[in-house]
Amino acid sequence: MIPLSYYMILSAIVFVTGVVGVLIRRNIIMLLLSIELMLNATNINFVAFSYYLGNIAGQVFVFFALTVAAAEVAVGLAIIIALYRGKATVNVAELNLMKW
Amino acid sequence: MTIVSTADLLAILPELLVMAGGCLVLVLDPLTAKDRKDWLAYFSLAVLGAAFVVGYWFMGALTGSPRPAFSGLYVLDAYGAFWKLLLILVSGLVILLAKAHLKLEEIDLPEFYAFILLSLSGMMVMVSGTDLLVIYLGLELMSLSLYVMAGFKRYAPRSLEAAAKYFILGSFSSGILLYGISLLFGRTGSTTLAGIRDGIAGLPPGDPILLMAMGLLVVGFGFKVAAVPFHMWTPDVYEGSPTSVTAYMAVASKAASFAAFLRVFLEALGGIKESWRMLLVAVCIATMVLGNVVAIVQTNIKRMLAYSSIAHAGYALIGLVVADAAGTASVMLYLAIYAFMNLGAFAVVTMLRRGGLEGDEIDDFTGLARRNKWAALVMLLFMFSLAGIPPTAGFIAKFYIFMAAVGANMTGLAVIAVVFAAISAYFYLRVVMVMYMKEPGETAGTPGYDVRVVASPAAIAVLLVAALGVLILGVFPDPLIQAAQSAILPLK
Repeated sequence: MIPLSYYMILSAIVFVTGVVGVLIRRNIIMLLLSIELMLNATNINFVAFSYYLGNIAGQVFVFFALTVAAAEVAVGLAIIIALYRGKATVNVAELNLMKW
Repeated sequence: MTIVSTADLLAILPELLVMAGGCLVLVLDPLTAKDRKDWLAYFSLAVLGAAFVVGYWFMGALTGSPRPAFSGLYVLDAYGAFWKLLLILVSGLVILLAKAHLKLEEIDLPEFYAFILLSLSGMMVMVSGTDLLVIYLGLELMSLSLYVMAGFKRYAPRSLEAAAKYFILGSFSSGILLYGISLLFGRTGSTTLAGIRDGIAGLPPGDPILLMAMGLLVVGFGFKVAAVPFHMWTPDVYEGSPTSVTAYMAVASKAASFAAFLRVFLEALGGIKESWRMLLVAVCIATMVLGNVVAIVQTNIKRMLAYSSIAHAGYALIGLVVADAAGTASVMLYLAIYAFMNLGAFAVVTMLRRGGLEGDEIDDFTGLARRNKWAALVMLLFMFSLAGIPPTAGFIAKFYIFMAAVGANMTGLAVIAVVFAAISAYFYLRVVMVMYMKEPGETAGTPGYDVRVVASPAAIAVLLVAALGVLILGVFPDPLIQAAQSAILPLK
């Protein structure tokens, strides 16, 4: 049987990939994908813990997390399309109307 | 076996009313004639009124005995009821404010009221959930509606930019929060707050995964309440969003996030209080320092109020760091009073027009007392209150927070807070100075040129409620203090 720690390491790697992606990528679509990676890393964690603890609550959580992620993408893509229409760019480095 | 009983449904009656109201506004919008769209605003206010009455009745019926619902996923208690009443009141005022403001900005769409109601229902779920799943869902419902509202002026590049930034950073922070929740679940085998508390009691002290989960939760909630170093989104989003949305974000979303922050950390993570306390003291001091210092150099009033709202999050965090009954009550008191003064300040900003634009530069306030003495007077009142000068309510709010810190032997923290509250007087009083001690510019290019105050009955009503709230709570704060003290979380 695969030990729990393998799943946790996998999910940590996916999560960190997502976080680094959000921090270094400049294309807003890539940022959206990186955020999805973070959410899916969480899902791996929940399912693995749920299986090893024999507690179904984790899997229930995954269903809700998936639904929320879908809603988030719907809203996010709508915002990105509006942004592209308004500014003809999806590069976050060009979102610089307001600066400290 | 019934999964959902009538008692459960009754427990979420205010939430159901608000949620159904929000959906109904969306349905009624295309069915309403163009010249009758105002009715939808009144309809939303009626829904909020009904929810307020039910919530008030719950609050009276509940003192002292929390009633769990939905098999312990949800709770009906005085703590939740206090926040719900505050949030409903704030939403009502924002709807009134928006009714006047959206017309000026030419974005008078009834969807706005639907989003306010949906977002409010998320906040109400968030403050009453006793399971991290429920709290997370409430938080997302609140945030998703706010992302849309931030971009509501969809032909204005600034509003779009605000929405995009808010969306990216907001969902990034929810991702971090969710990862923290998953680690907590793995370590304690539960997602309910009570289950997590029991699970933590059985773990060895200093468990690294538990500490990491706690850290991730601090990051997630820190983003939502705009604490340093997770505040980067705040100035840009506050500046770019339509002002009535900014007011809603600054007041309601902050209050709801603090309510959930307190409940999660005191109820679920109370067992590792010593570990998160050190972390939060650092966050709290950094928040007060950065918020107050950077606000000094701002030239845009919305941006200044954004840094001021960061600073106020720092003061409110003191109450969480103290982590006792007095601390909890002082946070509740603080955010209730903060709601009035901040909403009032933003309401004045919505009324100021420079040419066809919104007058959101501090320069636009130049000589306001000459143009409209009432607008200048209420702005003066809100600025004094934000600075914490007696006899306004802002003083009472700060006083109780600092007393809670002193009472818990954290005098050092209280001293730092007082010093930075004194520094904050500089940028609040600068607005008062330009309003009263300078003449408005008469030629193009001078500060205060071509600025006028557009007063509508709805905006005046909001200003009146906010101003009376600041004054009355400043002189007779006892009822609110008692309400907060009787609604604190049962600490274990």
